[in-house]
Amino acid sequence: MSQIENNKGSIQVQNLNVYYGERHALKNLNIEIPKHKLTAIIGPSGCGKTTFLKCFNRLIETNENVNITGQFLVDGQNIFDPKVEITSIRKKMGLLSQRPYPLPMSIYDNITYGPRIHGERNKTKMAETVEYYLKQASLWEEVKDRLHSPASALSIGQQQRLCLARGLAVAPEFILGDEPTSALDPISSKHIEQKFIELKNQYTIVVVTHSLRQARRIADYIVFMYLGEIIEHGPAKELLSNPQHQLTKDYVTGEMS
Amino acid sequence: MQGKFIEEKIFKVLMVFSTLLIIIALGTILGSIVVKGLPALSWEMLSQTPKGGFYLGKSGGILNAIAGSFYIAIGSTFFALFVSIPVALYINIYRKKFSKYSNFVRLCLDVLWGVPSIVYGALGFSLMLIIGLKTSLLAGILIVTILIIPVMIRAMDEVMKTVPKGLVEASLALGATKAETALKVVVKQTLPGIVTAILISFGRAIGDAASVMYTTGFTDNVPESIMNQAATLPLAILNLVSSPIKEVQAKAYASALVLTIIILALSIASRMLTKKYTKNKL
Amino acid sequence: MSDKTRLQFDYRLKGLMKLFTLFAVLTLFIIFIGVVFKSYPILKTNSIFHFLFSSEWFPQKEKFGLFPFIVSTLWVTAIAMVLAVPFCILASIYLSEYADKKIIGWITPLIDILAGIPSVIFGIWGIIVVVPFVRDYLAPFFGKVSTGYSLITGGIVLSVMIVPVMVNILLEVFATVSKGLKEASLSLGATKWQTIKNVLLRKAAPGIVSAIALSLSRAFGETLAVLMVVGNVTKVPHSMLDPGQPLPALIANNYGEMMSIDLYDSALLLASLVLFIIVLIFNIASRLILRKMERNLG
Repeated sequence: MSQIENNKGSIQVQNLNVYYGERHALKNLNIEIPKHKLTAIIGPSGCGKTTFLKCFNRLIETNENVNITGQFLVDGQNIFDPKVEITSIRKKMGLLSQRPYPLPMSIYDNITYGPRIHGERNKTKMAETVEYYLKQASLWEEVKDRLHSPASALSIGQQQRLCLARGLAVAPEFILGDEPTSALDPISSKHIEQKFIELKNQYTIVVVTHSLRQARRIADYIVFMYLGEIIEHGPAKELLSNPQHQLTKDYVTGEMS
Repeated sequence: MQGKFIEEKIFKVLMVFSTLLIIIALGTILGSIVVKGLPALSWEMLSQTPKGGFYLGKSGGILNAIAGSFYIAIGSTFFALFVSIPVALYINIYRKKFSKYSNFVRLCLDVLWGVPSIVYGALGFSLMLIIGLKTSLLAGILIVTILIIPVMIRAMDEVMKTVPKGLVEASLALGATKAETALKVVVKQTLPGIVTAILISFGRAIGDAASVMYTTGFTDNVPESIMNQAATLPLAILNLVSSPIKEVQAKAYASALVLTIIILALSIASRMLTKKYTKNKL
Repeated sequence: MSDKTRLQFDYRLKGLMKLFTLFAVLTLFIIFIGVVFKSYPILKTNSIFHFLFSSEWFPQKEKFGLFPFIVSTLWVTAIAMVLAVPFCILASIYLSEYADKKIIGWITPLIDILAGIPSVIFGIWGIIVVVPFVRDYLAPFFGKVSTGYSLITGGIVLSVMIVPVMVNILLEVFATVSKGLKEASLSLGATKWQTIKNVLLRKAAPGIVSAIALSLSRAFGETLAVLMVVGNVTKVPHSMLDPGQPLPALIANNYGEMMSIDLYDSALLLASLVLFIIVLIFNIASRLILRKMERNLG
């Protein structure tokens, strides 16, 4: 196996610091995200989980006044290197945000948006893509008769699955979830969780969640953050049943939320 | 692959160019008025009324128009204030902020705001004929009042909308009536915004010409009673600039400079207020 | 103060407020009814279409064809829109998506100043700057002779006047497009410009249409600035370098002298009615669209 193959799907974070103006939002993060596993980032609100996740695809740079230092190696390449083309990073990272954001176009065009952006012109291929990824997101049966109606007409749970399919259609290596079920009803949440569990064989998945129970259900690996720092990280079972740090203990036992 | 970046670059250049063009347009407006107006501006222009032969290039000033414009602007702003504060409070405090009723009132006001001022002027003049009111300062003040009421209410409304519901409820919970809440809490809280609204309306009142054209008339004297006719700055400018004589035209430019300075002063004052207001809020 | 007087005060104040609100709303209807009422005498003599499409304007002979003025209005407005719309959209995209806070902090006050400038000042600017430009450069460029007082001069002046209206609404409209939606497109690997083109502009399309419609209605009704530079000639214009006289200028120029001729007054108010109705339609439609967009944001 070549070096590049070996690195595919890997993320190493080294001495990552993020400042919003004067505020030191992320403090010296060091971590390796395990490949083809589902990693959950947990911690009380305001601890920097979402900020951290937004570093993965450099969406953090859409904020004003952000300063970033340190290394964020994706497949062995520092994504904050000025020479890196930002769109190629984002193409590697599928994002599922807190609430679904269907693009203002049809269901069909939502899925083909990514491929078209990246230069795909072949109509037949795109039709196949649409069917394939809608099936992957278990949405095909529900929408196959109205592919050309506006995506905004779908229910919010369907929209989130559409967003998942849309993200998968650009063939990412990673899937990022920023509390992806927080706006959904319990049944839709379950759908998404189920999908994540199925997908982790092919993708490296990182999910920010505020729900400890969700982390318990789906995570293989857990990162606990507090006030911009990584306090503790490790395999889910170990970390949850036998936390080493007092803060982690408090959080896991529910004394801090 | 690089095409998408080239396209973005081209459009970015166009965007910056468009923004610059807008600024340049503003620059040439202010610049040309200053360049043409400053040489003709003198103390005499500001302190005297037109003397004999003023419109042929002889001595005198535009005090009549300055006074008339201020009378109209002050009078109409005062009357409009008297109507606007109650309406703005009513749709924000007494009625639910975003109820159908309040939104309908807002829609009507927005539409009124869009009605051309010449329509106010023309219809106002017809109404004056019916009720027997002569062309006068009073008639001008009344028409301009109606013209600026929607401006003023909506400007106040935008500020009052931002008053948190909790603040109003807190006051009501202490046993205050809605009237007390409105006058003592909401008005106090939004005072800088109310003042800004007043300044904006004042600017609109002093600058509008089409509405006063046939309702206020024109005179070379400073009006002594509200039943006198009155000159206004915009109409004085219009009269002077229509003259074929160069010296008279120069006086039009000087008058335009005066009006521009008044408007700029109002604009800067309201901006400073808004700034202070937002700073205090943080 | 006893509770009773306090409550009474509250009750009375409420009554007063209600009255004033009613007054403010009724103004709109009073204006409408007034204009209709005043233009009724002339509408009795002939159909509205006759007046809209007749070019004969001879008040002394009681012929009141509004066609020349309508054509002038359309010319001036169209020129203003063609000039203003592209620049305003581009500048607004720049300000809302690219410019950093410092630049915005500089430019928004300038646009507010532009919004506050009275129309007579725009007229003076037109006379000082635009008229010579049209006379010495633009007309010779097309091989024509012009005094500089022409439809295109009016259009140019008007285009600058509607900039603040359009830019302010566009900025509000773009602000209603959520960050999350733009991020959704970015996270698929789209560039910023692709996101603007495919997501921002598409999502904002109804708002852009309303911004244009509102500016259009403002342009229709603008009186003084246009009157000062447009030449005021009662003739159907054939090119944009011809002088013309739009509807508002017609009313402003002639309103004083109509007393002696019976139907003159009514004819000018018919012109007001036409203006009023056009402005009303554009205004209501665009306000409703904008409001719907704002609601969808929540």
